[in-house]
Amino acid sequence: MATAEHKHPNYMAIFWYLAILTVTEIAVIYMPLAKFTIGVLLCALALGKAALVAMYFMHLRFEARTLGMVAVTPLAIATLLVFLLLPDGFAVAKKSEVKKAAATVPAKP
Amino acid sequence: MSQSASVHSAVEPAETPLTPESWGKLGMWIFLAGDAVGFGTLLAGYGAMRATSADWPRPFDVLGINLTALMTFLLICSSVTMVKALEWLGKGDRAKCTMFLLFTALGGAIFVSLQAYEWTHLINQGLHINGNPWGASLFGTSFFIITGFHGLHVTGGVIYLLSIVKYVANRPEAAASYNAVEIVGLYWHFVDLVWIMVFTFMYLL
Repeated sequence: MATAEHKHPNYMAIFWYLAILTVTEIAVIYMPLAKFTIGVLLCALALGKAALVAMYFMHLRFEARTLGMVAVTPLAIATLLVFLLLPDGFAVAKKSEVKKAAATVPAKP
Repeated sequence: MSQSASVHSAVEPAETPLTPESWGKLGMWIFLAGDAVGFGTLLAGYGAMRATSADWPRPFDVLGINLTALMTFLLICSSVTMVKALEWLGKGDRAKCTMFLLFTALGGAIFVSLQAYEWTHLINQGLHINGNPWGASLFGTSFFIITGFHGLHVTGGVIYLLSIVKYVANRPEAAASYNAVEIVGLYWHFVDLVWIMVFTFMYLL
């Protein structure tokens, strides 16, 4: 029966990992590091926490590999979407900068 | 094999190759993958708007993180009570399972209450969906849409959890409700997982 054979990992250990990672995240934002480094560290810590929740609380570690691929696909799509949106965002930002610069130049008499 | 059985198996095979326990579990995973695309799109849009904005406020200064750090911790705790509920049901103890399911729902209810408190506080400070005193108006728009979308998921989760408490109560055999509790657990952990992302990208970064 499914009930009897289901594996239960050490949930309290996962809880402590998650708590420690959360405290680390908060500590990282106070560290005297470059903004970029802080960003990379925070992303890595968040992905680590998300992976712990998915692998152990959602039992993905004990499921078929294909189910893991179903779960990871949205992450890939979201990451791709950021890069698809950025060029447009930067183009608009540049345009508004040019407009602002033009507005600050005093009109010729 | 009787004729009706063979017809039945032609319509619905006995087990799914991905989640042999039940089709319901596969259904929830597919729903969650779709929902994750929804959240992923919102967060990707947020990232792109923020990266290209000249006057995006620093969330850390405006939002404060003490309360949300507590909310994060609360949601992690509620995930632990959720897995405990499933573990106890696996051991055949329906009473302990129900108790932990109720703890989980309580954690979710407190989370939503704290979020309502946070929203009220921020609105009073001037953060609105169409503008704020600190910079880009899209900051408020994205904040309310993303945290609101997540808050609705938590609210829905609390209702879902309470309905599963009733489901367990109606079934004297612990094994009969194991699948339903496992599926509500998947949903609940997903809501926790999304909050981990929202907390990092909207509050800490």
